[in-house]
Parts: sequence; structure tokens; C-alpha cells
Amino acid sequence: MRGIVKRLIWAAGLILAVLVLNFLLIQLAPGDPAEVIAGEMGGASADVMAGIRAQYGLDKPLPVQLGLYLGKALQGDLGVSYYYNRAVAGLILSRVGPTLLLVGSALAFALIVGTRLGLLASRNPRGPASALVTVLSLIGYAAPVFWTGLMLVILFAARIPLFPVSGMRDVTGATDLVSRTLDVAHHLVLPALTLGIVYLAQYSRLTRAAMLEVLGSDYIRTARAKGVRERRVFTHHAFRNALLPVVTVAGMQFGTILSGAVLVETVFSWPGLGTLAFDSILARDYPTILGILFFSTLIVICANLLTDAVARRLDPRLQQRG
Amino acid sequence: MTTRNCLGRRPVLGALLGLTILTQTPMALAQVAAPAAAPAEVQTGGTLVVASLQKPRHLNPAVQSGIATAVPGAQIFATPLRFGADFTPQPYLAESWSFSEDQKVLTLKLRQGAVFHDGQPITAEDVKYSMDVVKANHPFNSMLAPVSSVEATDPQTVTITMSQPHPAILLALSSALMPVLPKHVFDDGTDIKASSHNNLPVGSGPFRVTEFEPGQHIMLEKFDKFFLPGKPYLDRIVIKQYKDANSAGLALEAGEVQLYPYLDSTRLVQRLEKKSNMTVTDQGYAGIGAMNWLAFNTKHPALSDVRVRQAISYALDRNFVTKALHGGLSKPAYEPVVSSSPFYTDAVEKYDFDLDKAKALLAEAGYGEGGKPLALSIDYLPENEEQQHAVAEYVKAQLAKVGIKVSVRASPDFPTWAQRVSNHDFDMTMDQVFNWGDPVIGVNRTYVCDNIKPGVVWSNTQSYCNPEVDKLLASAAVEPDLAKRKEQYAQAFAQITRVAPIYFVNEAPYFTAYSDVVQNPPVSIWGPMGPMDEVWLKK
Repeated sequence: MRGIVKRLIWAAGLILAVLVLNFLLIQLAPGDPAEVIAGEMGGASADVMAGIRAQYGLDKPLPVQLGLYLGKALQGDLGVSYYYNRAVAGLILSRVGPTLLLVGSALAFALIVGTRLGLLASRNPRGPASALVTVLSLIGYAAPVFWTGLMLVILFAARIPLFPVSGMRDVTGATDLVSRTLDVAHHLVLPALTLGIVYLAQYSRLTRAAMLEVLGSDYIRTARAKGVRERRVFTHHAFRNALLPVVTVAGMQFGTILSGAVLVETVFSWPGLGTLAFDSILARDYPTILGILFFSTLIVICANLLTDAVARRLDPRLQQRG
Repeated sequence: MTTRNCLGRRPVLGALLGLTILTQTPMALAQVAAPAAAPAEVQTGGTLVVASLQKPRHLNPAVQSGIATAVPGAQIFATPLRFGADFTPQPYLAESWSFSEDQKVLTLKLRQGAVFHDGQPITAEDVKYSMDVVKANHPFNSMLAPVSSVEATDPQTVTITMSQPHPAILLALSSALMPVLPKHVFDDGTDIKASSHNNLPVGSGPFRVTEFEPGQHIMLEKFDKFFLPGKPYLDRIVIKQYKDANSAGLALEAGEVQLYPYLDSTRLVQRLEKKSNMTVTDQGYAGIGAMNWLAFNTKHPALSDVRVRQAISYALDRNFVTKALHGGLSKPAYEPVVSSSPFYTDAVEKYDFDLDKAKALLAEAGYGEGGKPLALSIDYLPENEEQQHAVAEYVKAQLAKVGIKVSVRASPDFPTWAQRVSNHDFDMTMDQVFNWGDPVIGVNRTYVCDNIKPGVVWSNTQSYCNPEVDKLLASAAVEPDLAKRKEQYAQAFAQITRVAPIYFVNEAPYFTAYSDVVQNPPVSIWGPMGPMDEVWLKK
């Protein structure tokens, strides 16, 4: 119980620090939101620019702006987007679902297929399957994610029109729940695959390495000596332990996955937080950028807590250590 | 956000081209043209998906210019007048209009029985309200500056009084420039620029907006009670946002999209032109006069010397740019206005490519081979590779030949570029600028002395100032006689080009690519910024 309280206090302090740091960092970016808005309007007079600055409080001194922002943010008010003239919280909420869907499917795909491939490769570490998995994972890991995405689009959307080029749903299509779900799933395939491939490569290599290490340990030899079937040795004795580093990495990645999502979402016009972040940065839409960063911070903290919990389940020794 | 800013500026105010011609033939009561009956073969229904690289901030063109808002805005809102492909005004919400003898009073007669999307009738009060809103809030304040008052004389009549004859007024009442807003919805005491009604506005046009997901898509549905009988032909228009030209092009090829306007990538144009089921046209952009240029900061120690600027101008070959870099799809530009402008003149110094002349001028100024070393930087608008970055790289290579060392300074994004250039922190920069048809709106701002305003984008960032040019531009602005006006502009342009504050590179090309199922693609002077009530799909 005390552990949880401690963690929450730590998390609250972290969030405050992140809010302040983000606010200050963003001021370092060259450019001025008023100029972007004026640019969108086709140029503006000095009066109009001053009006825009006054409307969004950009004419106030920086500490005052920071104070106002923190005061509101701590009450849960993330402000109004300069650019879209809508509440930031609403904008973010509308984008969370698609990003979680994309990242979740990519991670699930990568975990399931990646660990399988890693297992396969570890059975015969010098065999052809192992070599193939190693080479493929190297390519998958090394290829830039936007390139993979573009290639998949050109191949499976333009040349062989199996999947849509971009977007999350066919806005002109049917509206009943089943066909909408199928439609979203259809749109999800290529982006999830693109994002998944990078992680898949990592997980298969990680699993292979971990399996090889575990398989060489004494308790595996004991199990084999006791006459446990090879299959059971693999899945029960070895895999469970080999999974630990994979889960740790996956958990950490869930926090940082937004950076990968930015690229994939951009390539596929996936309406998630990544594209929103990208657009807001280009528009110097400070409240939206700050809101997204704040939200990502929350996700990272949650993901870390969750990873801890899963790791403890997998390895009871971690629980004792507290 | 790729071409967002370039396009964003692409002027809604658009070419007031021909407006001079319009005034030359004072319009008595304009003919009431009955809406053309649908040709027999028109097929109704279907959904048109339009690709867009633009992200509108909101959907109210009364307080926002730019293509992003104008394209959906022209579908959602009707305007008093509309224009065809030939700069002739046509009746739209106003069925007729007439000018007073002295050209200072314009009377509009509105159509009977027209209603807003919420079913309320459209009255003269709404038109008056809309004009007041536009005059007070639209970024192009010169558009309605001469309008002194607007009165609703009866429910169907609007009287517009102007302080001086204002030839641009008819154009300013068209397309996205003068959306007729429902007063009963918008006039609720809030600042209209920040009004929440701007996100899903109630309009009066052929389509009503049902969904607006910022950065994703806009859904427009046929308005059943639209005042032009039988129109629109389409059931729905979806404006779908893409991140870049390539994904929009792929979507067009894959059939996800049927219409892709404001296309400016020459490679994509060339690729799409080869498709058998696709048409690429450059029609529909008469309302836009975009050009790319190389601007000098005339406050820079070396660039303040006119000979250095002239030398650089002679060292560059704009024909190489248009032919080699742009595949022959863009036209060379020589002076402050594009060649389709009524004020275009050939009588300017064109700085035709001449390396020897360039070297001689540089030597005279004390630079170049044997002289003081000269190093300059060049900026460029980060969003358009072909028209901006590629040309900047060419300038670097070309100026090396005359002994000027150029470093290309990239900006990661538009705000970075805008801040540098608007604060005059640059030596040379590539830029894309719009004519807006009438020099009063799109040209003067670059050259007049009192528009040197640090911190304001697209002001006179060259710091060029010549009181004589100021005088010429000012008198041309109020000169009613076209021939005299032309002559005054010709003099001003000759003076400007003589001292080369800007090297004009090329007129920027725009195209619309569409699949062959699309019939009646939007090709009026406003192109896709005009109502698409006559577009239909072949099944």
C-alpha cells in the first residue's frame, strides 16, 4: 500500500515537472503561432497579428503565461487549440482511440509473431530457420518505418489493391456497426503491419537470445534429466523465463511508441495522436502540443506501472524484492 | 502540413482580373439568366471524394481566407453572385443587380424562397449582416474598404453604397469571399472569429456540412431545399485530407478519390497525365496568380548595392528552372504581375541570362574574382521542393560560377522560415507570393515604403523603398481609366525591376487531376473554391 502511495506522489511530481519543462522547451522552437495563423489567412496586417496574440495571451510575459497554463492544467483544463479553436482535451480524446488501436494491434502482432519466430530460431540456433529469422529481423529493424509503410502502400494498395491507401475508415461506406468494424480492421492492416514489423524484429531477436541463454542453464538440464518432454521444457520451463526481458522491453516501448506512431500515422493518414502532434507542432499550436505531451507522460507512467505488474506475475522473485 | 502554407496563402481573394474590364462596361440591370436546365444525360446521386492537402482551421470563409476553408466554404455557403470561367458575373443568390449612374451604389435583388440549412428564409438582413461581418473581420480588408454602408431596403433588396467606384465589388460578392451567413445563428454576441458555429456552420449553399474531423475529413451532404431547382447533382462530397501529394496521388489512382485539385507537383502531373482513365487540367485557377521569386534583403551590406543584385539576376537562368527543374510545366516570370494580368507589361528589364554581364557588374561593385569575397545565404519556403528548394540549390550552384559563395539555409518548417524572413533575418530567400489579380491587393504590399513592418509575414521584407513608386502605385489604385492605370503600373514596374529588389523566377502552375467518372469538373475562375452544384458522376 505504501508502495502505491509513494509511486503516486512520485508520478504527480513527475507530471508537474514535465508540464513546466514542456512549456519552456516549446518556447525554444523558432516561430510564432500568430505568424502561422496569419500565414493561413494569406498574410495579415500588424493590427490583426496583435489581435491574434492578445486573443491567445501570447502578448503576456512568459512567467505569466506559464502560471496561467499551470493553473488551468492542474484543474484538468488543457486550454483551447489556437489552430482549431476547439478544446484540446476533446481533440486529444478523439485521437486516443485510433492510436491505442494502432499501437495495440502492432504490439500484439509483434509479440505473438515475434516470440514465435524467436522460439523457432532458438530450437536449432545454427540451423537455416534461425539464420533466416536473424536476417529478416535485421532487415525489419534496420528499414526506416516510413519506407516500409510506403512500400507496403505501393505494393498492397496501389499495385495490388487489397487494402486502402490511407485513413481509418471509408467515410462514404455503410454505417452499421459490423461493417464499420470490418472497415476499420481493413484499414488497420497495413499501418499495424508497418509499425509491427519493427517491433517484431526486436522481439524475435530478443526471444531467441533469451531462449538460448535460458536453455543453457542448470534447471533446464535438470528438467531434461527428469525426463520432461522437450516441448514442455520449451514452453513451460524456458519460455516463461525468456519472456521476461521481452515484456520489459515491450512495456518500455509502449511508452515511446508514440514516436513510431507519428511516422506510421503520417504515412497512412491515420487519425491518431501522432498526426495531431505532428500537425500541432507545424502550426505552433502550443496548447495542443502541451496537451499531447502531458497525455503521453500519463501513458508512459501507466505503461511502466503495468509492466512492473506483469513482470512480477511472470517472476515471483521480483515481488519479494518489492 | 506539407503544402499547407503555400496553399493557405493562395488567395482566396484571387484574381480580381478582369474586374477592370467589368467596370469598363457599366452594368445596367444584369440579365437574369434562368438556371440552365440539366442536360438530359446528367446522372444524379453518388459521392465525390476530393483529395486535399489542406487542413482548415474552421469552415467559415467570412473570417478566414485560404483554400482550406474556401473549398468547403463555397459548398456550405451561397454567395450573392458567382463567376463562370470567363470573369463574367452570374446570378446566384441575387437574381439581378444594378449600379447607379455614378457607379457608387449597387443594388442586389435576392431570389424569393431561398432558405438556410435550418429552414429559415434568407433575407436582405442576412446579406447585410454578412457583408458587415466580412468587412470587419476578413483578413483582406482592402476588399470592401470603399463600401461605406449596406442597407436592407426590403426583405429582397440590398443596397450597397460606396465612397468611390469600386470595380472589385462584384468579384468580392462571389465564391468564398462573401458567404451569406444566417444572422439568427451567428449574431449571438460572441466574437465571430472564435465562434463555435464556425466548426459546423449552418449555411445556405448546395451542401450542408454534417461532419468535420480536423485534419481528417469534411462530410458534405446534398441540401434538399437548395434554391436552384434540381441541384446539386451529387448526394455527397467528402473532402479527405492527405499528408502529401504522393499519398493523394496514390489514392486517386486507387480510386479512393475522384478529384485532386491544387496539384503542383510536376512529377505527379506527368505521371497522372499518362493514366488512361484520368484527366489533368490547368483550368479553374484563373482566380489565382501565384509566382515564385528570389527576394533580396536590400539592407544587407553587399546586397544594398544595386549592381550586386543585378549581377545575381543576370547569373540566373529562369529558363533552366522552368524547363529542366519544372519539366516545362511552369512559365517564366519577369515582373510583379503574372502574364495573365491585364497589367502585365513587357517593358521591364528581364535580366536574361548573361554570365559575362554578371561578372562585369560584380567586378564593378568590387566583388567576384579578384575582388572582395562574397558569401550569402539563401532561404526557401520549406514546403515545396520543386518550386522552392530545388531552385535555391540551383541558385547556389549558379552563383558559384560568378564567385559568390552561397549557403542554402533550410528551415525545418514554415514557422521557422516565416520568423526569419518576417524579421528581415536573411540575405536572399525564395518565396511564393500571390498576385490576387489586382495590384492594389496582391502587389503593392511588397513594394510600398510604409509596409516595411518587421514581424509581419508577406509585408515588404525586402526593405525596398522608392517614394516615386509609392506615388505611382497610389494613383493607379484610384485611376478609373484602364489605359492610364496600365501606364502607371508599367512605369512602376519598370522602376522596380531596374533596381532588382526581387528576381522573378516563375509563375507557379496548378492542376486538377480527376478520374473520368467526374463530369463538369470545377473550372470557373474560382475552380474548386466555387460551388460544385453542377458536378456529377458517371455511373
